[in-house]
Amino acid sequence: MHRTARSLTATGLSTSLALLAATPAAAAEMTVTVTIPRLSVAEYHAPYVAMWVETDAGKPVTTLATWYSVKLKANEGTKWLPELRSWWRKAGRALAMPADGISSPTRPPGTHSVSFAGAKSPLGRLAPGNYRLVIEAAREVGGREQVAMPFQWPVQAPATVAAKGTAELGAVSLALKP
Amino acid sequence: MRLAPSALHLLALAGLAASLATPAAAHRRWLLPSVTVFAGDKGLASVDAAASNALFAFDHRALGLDALAVTGPDGKPVTPVVIGRGEMRSAFDVPLAQPGTYRIALAMNGLMGSYMLDGKKQRWRGTRARLSELPATATDVELSENLGRVETFVTLGAPSTTALAAAGQGLEMLPVTHPNDIVAGEPAEMRFVMDGKPAAGLKVEFVAGGTRHRDDAGIQTLTTDADGIARFTAPTPGFYYIEADMEGGTAAAAGPGQKPIKRRASYTAVLEFLPQ
Repeated sequence: MHRTARSLTATGLSTSLALLAATPAAAAEMTVTVTIPRLSVAEYHAPYVAMWVETDAGKPVTTLATWYSVKLKANEGTKWLPELRSWWRKAGRALAMPADGISSPTRPPGTHSVSFAGAKSPLGRLAPGNYRLVIEAAREVGGREQVAMPFQWPVQAPATVAAKGTAELGAVSLALKP
Repeated sequence: MRLAPSALHLLALAGLAASLATPAAAHRRWLLPSVTVFAGDKGLASVDAAASNALFAFDHRALGLDALAVTGPDGKPVTPVVIGRGEMRSAFDVPLAQPGTYRIALAMNGLMGSYMLDGKKQRWRGTRARLSELPATATDVELSENLGRVETFVTLGAPSTTALAAAGQGLEMLPVTHPNDIVAGEPAEMRFVMDGKPAAGLKVEFVAGGTRHRDDAGIQTLTTDADGIARFTAPTPGFYYIEADMEGGTAAAAGPGQKPIKRRASYTAVLEFLPQ
């Protein structure tokens, strides 16, 4: 499994493009850090995780990443995607999964960072406004949790937003660079 | 054991007739799907069919499946795989091969009653199409028409509405809010129609599952507005039961000089309210 941070391209985005402006903004960078807690349970599976950008009114704008069992035969890992309930309703059910630049394997307990940068990333076409980055995690035979972090776009000055889950997510943060 | 639909048909007749006879007095009739929201290239909804007092417990008897009709996202019929019929419940699987919303329904309708012929009372059971088979010399024709619809809905991928088009006969629930896009805490609006026309002022019962594990029966009685719309708000996620009954609609004629045919329609549905 690849755990390195990478830039996502806009390829494969098929929903909620209305809020994406036509012309790319300056290359700003967003780094999302997600801690998946180590849990002592009889049956542990790494959680499915989705992260997406929505307006401060809750309207989904773009999916940044979905971590799920992408390598199962016959696309069987998609079966449990609706467990990411918020993401599924807002964006996932309208996407064909796997989606280039969005789908990647689940990640084990620990801290993981992913960066989205440049005009080619989904953020490159984000219209100015107030947004939330939402991270949702759902674990097989486990629970579900989501955490949201507000941010403004475009980024004026380097900033970090931090939040913390209580069950399925540990500390999460959002680092923004103009 | 897998029963062929024809064998099941025979087994189901007795139970179906009972439910047709007294829709209002019957137990709660429901189709409970294993899952309502599916992802991926294909899915399989497994469904239990039962008449019960407690929701959603198999505590009374199985529902027959001979009136089972599954409509796919393209509006065409989907063939269910019948697992079988036990004393307390029937069970079947619905293969989901194309994305969109499936309407799973037991749509029953029929006429029954009696008439006098040569001084003897005769029982009669049939359909509108067979009314012409009543003997021309029959008198005192007393018939009632019963239309019952028991439904649930499942969706693979994004919800669609083709399968939800009104059949136009009997009492139906049509989406304002999509039946597979509802969450606890947000009102879900549904339009009730009788023979395709808004059923205004209709009383609709709305009950959360899990009745056996609480003291309160938990029945909310809602009334549809002038457009036939009722608004359901579920405080907690779960499967909910909806039931409505009414008389009227467009009655068939039993023949010249005969009494109008009484007409009753019932509708029940199971909806899943997901957590937000």
